[in-house]
Amino acid sequence: MLIELPCPIPYVPVMSHDNYPNEYIRGILNSVKTIALVGASQNPARPSWIVTKYLLERGYDVIPINPGLAGSELLGKKVYASLADVPGPIDMVEVFRNSEAAGPITDEALALDPLPKVLWMQLSVRNDEAAAKAEAKGLKVVMDRCPKIEFGRLSGEISWQGVNSRMLSSKKPVLSGKGFQKLSLNRP
Amino acid sequence: MTDRLPGFNTLAIHAGAAPDAATGARATPIYQTTSFVFDDVDHAASLFGLQAFGNIYSRIGNPTCSVLEERVAALEGGTAALAVASGHAAEFLTFHTLLQPGDEFIAAKKLYGGSINQFNHAYKNFGWNVVWADSDDPSSFEAAITPKTKAIFVESIANPGGVIVDLQAISAIAKKHRIPLIVDNTMASPYLIKPFEHGADIVVHSATKFLGGHGNSVGGVIVDGGSFNFAGDDRYPMLSKPRPEYSGMVLGETFGNFGFAIACRVLGLRDLGPALSPFNAFLILNGIETLPLRMQRHSDNALAVAEHLASHSKISWVSYPGLRSDRYHNLAKQYCPKGAGAVFTFGLKGGYEAGVKLVSNLKLFSHLANIGDTRSLVIHPASTTHRQLSDEQKTQAGAGPEVVRLSIGLEDKEDLIDDLNQALDAA
Repeated sequence: MLIELPCPIPYVPVMSHDNYPNEYIRGILNSVKTIALVGASQNPARPSWIVTKYLLERGYDVIPINPGLAGSELLGKKVYASLADVPGPIDMVEVFRNSEAAGPITDEALALDPLPKVLWMQLSVRNDEAAAKAEAKGLKVVMDRCPKIEFGRLSGEISWQGVNSRMLSSKKPVLSGKGFQKLSLNRP
Repeated sequence: MTDRLPGFNTLAIHAGAAPDAATGARATPIYQTTSFVFDDVDHAASLFGLQAFGNIYSRIGNPTCSVLEERVAALEGGTAALAVASGHAAEFLTFHTLLQPGDEFIAAKKLYGGSINQFNHAYKNFGWNVVWADSDDPSSFEAAITPKTKAIFVESIANPGGVIVDLQAISAIAKKHRIPLIVDNTMASPYLIKPFEHGADIVVHSATKFLGGHGNSVGGVIVDGGSFNFAGDDRYPMLSKPRPEYSGMVLGETFGNFGFAIACRVLGLRDLGPALSPFNAFLILNGIETLPLRMQRHSDNALAVAEHLASHSKISWVSYPGLRSDRYHNLAKQYCPKGAGAVFTFGLKGGYEAGVKLVSNLKLFSHLANIGDTRSLVIHPASTTHRQLSDEQKTQAGAGPEVVRLSIGLEDKEDLIDDLNQALDAA
């Protein structure tokens, strides 16, 4: 068992955005498949490129969004200029821009049909007003977190880097089945 | 709404150490291997480019060592840690990550003699200049700050014992001037003092001492508190500037609040090489499982021995903050209410000669240059650990000619007191 505080109250939109229960983050990362990453970069030194690559390797369908790169390919995926240009439904919008830009990006996300299920703002990005709008429309919101770090933390991969995962378990981590150095989110 | 944080005893046993993913081994395996196979060429590229989590080569990281890292990070309340070959290596990589040639750092005068040597001499070759301050007078740190000051370094409980440093007073000065505070927490261990709770930004350990605790393995740990924002701070180019070693990656930005620990690993450990052996990491991990039990016994025994020595006719003074009469007693009550640690000094009325005789007369205490063993240890600093210092430096460091240092072990306290009595009688 992972030692975690049981969360007796189901998630409600008025939750605090200072801390997220592990189960909330795990639920999101386990349920989304298509992730539109706004602010994608072609530069392998940039965090947005690294996160795109990591999420693709973990089986997510990452759709890079960047008007300056529209039409080109990034890590084998076609880049779109805006969320509205993406054909097909998007499960999660990941905002890799600054906190101010997160406002209009959220508005674009909330204009999509069907609506995305999750609005995720990258580590250091926080816009409470945009979060409230998204929550009012029934989206789950995560702010100021990195999906790569959260995946690494919940799976146990990040422990190889000496990072304090804040997770304890007497059950062995689960190999993802794609090589020895990839672990699954679903620890017993 | 946050996940509940387990207690210190639970973390000491479980943090970082799930059963092995491949075999189910419950004790942390000793991964005695230099290297780790890649899944494919792309996986290798991701690992070398710091784009994926994983192991490459044991100089950079090793799964046994990473359990130790996470364990100590959890116990200290830090974001991440790095295990290295010794406490000295922990200091070296910490300063290497923070300082450029020509930079200064301020250090407390009362330190382990080996650290004083490292700062005064070895660092000169790198152009890192130490400026000394008095930890009993926090304002002396502020007075020593110049535009070149990149860090402040103190020990929480200062070697050779008996000194409790007012971490909150010094961290207030560090924060006011936006300088990271490094605390060597070797003597206290996180069981007695957690420096991050008092404003430290980085903690270093000689894991050789109380973390390992059994006198069998040399090792060191650097812990990142995650509290100092290095990203965008031009004074710390290792963290804030694009790194040519990693295709222009900015480590402080990419790794957020554990960027310092990552920089110590991928710029310091990778290129300078003081890696910890997985075997030593295993032994230190085993030691940490009983850290809370041992530190309490160390401190309780030390108080009993200090109280006895304080009333002995051949002893002029005892410097142990656990004693009510001690000048640091109030600071000890504030910073380490569970106990003041295992190590302390006392002065012999008979001076240098009496110190040499006492050491040779003891039968249970071992005469050696270490602290934090299950066994009780004794040393005469003036003739050993501090002998390279000038007389003035010795006295400043609390290691004058009449001073004897004890590291009280886990034996029965009555046996320790008997041994000291017979040795003092014969001295």
